[in-house]
Amino acid sequence: MADLRINFAGIKSPNPFWLASAPPTNTGAQIHKAFEAGWGGAVWKTIGAPVLNVSNRYGAWHHGRQRMLAINNVELISDRPIEINLREIAEVKRAWPDRAVIVSAMVESKPEVWREIIERIEDTGADGIELNYGCPHGMSERGMGSAIGQVPEYCERITRWVMEAATIPVIMKLTPNITNIVLPARAGVAAGANALSLINTINSIIGVDLDTLELTPSIGGKGGHGGYAGPAVKPIALNMLAALGTDEIVSKSGIPISGMGGIATWQDAAQFLLLGASSLQVCTAVMHYGFRIIEDLCDGLSNWMDEKGFKTIAEVSGHSLHRVSEFKNLDLSYRAVARINAETCIKCNLCYVACNDTAHQCIDLVSPQGNRVQPLAYDVRSNGKQQAIETRPQPQVREEDCVGCRLCYNVCPVDNCIQMVELPSGRDAVTWNQLSTQQTQVTEDWETMKAYREQVGIHIH
Amino acid sequence: MESASSEFGKALAEQLPPLTPHAASVEADRCLYCFDAPCTHACPTHIDIPRFIKKIASQNLRGSAETIYASNLLGATCARVCPVQELCEGACVLGADHKPIAIGRLQRFAMDYARDNHVYPTVKAAPTGRSIAVIGAGPAGLSCAGELARLGHAVTIFEKRDLPGGLSTYGIIALREPVEVALEETRMIQALGVQINSGIEFGKDISLAQLQEEFSAVVLSVGLGNTPSLGIEGEEAIVDGLAFIEASKTAPETLKIGRNVVVIGAGNTAVDCATIARRLGAERVTMVYRRTDREMTCYEHEYDFARKEGIEFRFLAQPSRVLLLDGLPTGLVCLRVELGSLDASGRPSPQPVADSEFVLPADQIVKAVGQKKPSLAQHLGLPTERGFISVDNAFQTNLQDLYAIGDCIRATAAASTVMAVEDGKLAAAAIHQKLAKPAASAEGK
Repeated sequence: MADLRINFAGIKSPNPFWLASAPPTNTGAQIHKAFEAGWGGAVWKTIGAPVLNVSNRYGAWHHGRQRMLAINNVELISDRPIEINLREIAEVKRAWPDRAVIVSAMVESKPEVWREIIERIEDTGADGIELNYGCPHGMSERGMGSAIGQVPEYCERITRWVMEAATIPVIMKLTPNITNIVLPARAGVAAGANALSLINTINSIIGVDLDTLELTPSIGGKGGHGGYAGPAVKPIALNMLAALGTDEIVSKSGIPISGMGGIATWQDAAQFLLLGASSLQVCTAVMHYGFRIIEDLCDGLSNWMDEKGFKTIAEVSGHSLHRVSEFKNLDLSYRAVARINAETCIKCNLCYVACNDTAHQCIDLVSPQGNRVQPLAYDVRSNGKQQAIETRPQPQVREEDCVGCRLCYNVCPVDNCIQMVELPSGRDAVTWNQLSTQQTQVTEDWETMKAYREQVGIHIH
Repeated sequence: MESASSEFGKALAEQLPPLTPHAASVEADRCLYCFDAPCTHACPTHIDIPRFIKKIASQNLRGSAETIYASNLLGATCARVCPVQELCEGACVLGADHKPIAIGRLQRFAMDYARDNHVYPTVKAAPTGRSIAVIGAGPAGLSCAGELARLGHAVTIFEKRDLPGGLSTYGIIALREPVEVALEETRMIQALGVQINSGIEFGKDISLAQLQEEFSAVVLSVGLGNTPSLGIEGEEAIVDGLAFIEASKTAPETLKIGRNVVVIGAGNTAVDCATIARRLGAERVTMVYRRTDREMTCYEHEYDFARKEGIEFRFLAQPSRVLLLDGLPTGLVCLRVELGSLDASGRPSPQPVADSEFVLPADQIVKAVGQKKPSLAQHLGLPTERGFISVDNAFQTNLQDLYAIGDCIRATAAASTVMAVEDGKLAAAAIHQKLAKPAASAEGK
């Protein structure tokens, strides 16, 4: 069985799953419960400056009947007195010596204030500190949270203050509300942070109530941007994680990264690990279903690791990073076409309409007699299931015209019905990078491009 | 015998409850939104089913109802009485390895909303000045009248019965469609400006010549005739199936139910009769049929339903006479039947076996063996096909501007409400097109 234990910048936990700094880690009682359920660690809800909260602080984005594909919140850092938080942190750590207890902190940008909070946290016996440079609402208006995270120089300066004071591992948490995630990460490396974590929540407005015309949720008639999180943000988080893993400075530094942003299943977890995370944080999925989800997160991940022959989390971590590249390095001669399995196709013809309306018009409808037919061509007096089923045409890809865009594959509701099949293109592998350096003219002039296409046999219809 | 109890309403109350908003939403979301969907093809009226379902999902229920009206003005009835297993739901792409979308119940959900919120179809055109007469206020007539009215024509329906709605009102068991649904749908058609003159029988109170004088076109949607005679001894003591259903819907207090009921026939109407008898207190209900369950004409789901109701079946039995005591039935004498070669209907012909008489005890016998062909054809001298009125592709009879639609022309395939509705719609379009032609006789009548 796979070994799920991790040692993340010196912080040890029995599995890579930590509760992210958020409402689930608001109190000692909650974290006791979470640890009983099996969570490997918890990042305590951010402590620091005094705050007050509002009602209707969580919004959510639903799609169809699927609830809470994303949550958005305007909750601030812990609104409980700091002494109570510190006391409970100490109690939890004493009761659970094998779990990771990390304390998230955010205070006024003064070295002495940071020094004081670091010392108080260390007094609890906590395993590590996470610097909250991400909170996108409320705190940022007071010059904290993302107001820091969005300015790499501030990140570096404050982290330096912290590193001077801290004797336990320090994780610098990044905000995604920035154009280039690499810059604050490099600042963290420069300041000597022990680890990075990402992503914090994304600025968002959930919607507008179509009855009241107020924002959703409405807080006494008003609303504003809140932090967006949950399954819908996962691809954004993965991209930012990969951006750090492929940045020369960040990756060479060897700084470990705690990944988060929409992890809800063990599959999500495995993907974060493969793209370079070595610890994982979870919030929205827990807020949706409770602490119990840890069981399948561990179980599923462990089974998958066994199946793939991974013995430790460290072996998984970053395993797919070398697959991350840029468009300019992709093989322009790689050819794949869609192929529809006629046996499993249910003839919903969603692939047909998607391809013909919006992609590259290379799926035909073919009658049971093998003729190419138009949609909606049946006689108005034809009816009944027999006629509908027996005359129903089947979608079929014209492979010679298929550009392999993969839209049909994505819309098909039947598992494994459409496959992207690799075919020989008959052309030598070439990247845009190579073209633009070796045959510059081709990449700069349409006429030369046309000649090049004719020469190598690229037909665009 | 005992008269129908006060439990009557409950026993025959609409069987399927409306979907809850939650259930409707979950089901609507399950729909894949197929392109050129097979459910729409399978629907005789070709309702854009994925579209109305996605409007339920997006909570645009007004739009959903209007999508249904665009193809079928009698969506509330069809949602309840359509054999969806044979039509839309039978063609659903999800049926093969999961279960089809509950299209009928979703349609009812949209139609219930339309009823509760007075979302009625509207007239789409300016008055044309043309008048059209429709004979019979059944589904075909109502559909045709409503479609013509939407196109701006002035339509008058002549209906011989007291209530409009035809079989929807009188002939469909209340379990499937309560009277009120049919009547509400009729009011909706009237709201389009259609005039319904009840209690006027065509051919008796009013003649074709009179109508031709007053109207630009006349549409016959007269349905079928009475239950044919079995020609057996004691038949006068047999209850007519259609009258039996009608009484259960419109005058339940007059309905007498036997303890031991035999129903002759194995079509959908026979199942309805047997169900009424069973639900209203008969201890034993037996359906008697000359052939076997392979040949019976009721839908398979109706057969399943009947068996779940505890209705018994006696196949390969041909009624030969009714046993009477003081004018009341005590049993039905039948002959055993063997199946022979295929007959004109393509089914094995029943061959009664000599000296094989046996008695099915019964204190009430109901016959539901189809309906007679429309006698009107002979009366008007119209050509027929297998006894049904012959029409051309535009539903015109051999007489100029005399059209026929619905069960009275259904020479092929099974008669159904939804086919009647489609006839009405197509005939309305054909009539409209003809009337719009400049060559058509100068001024409107």
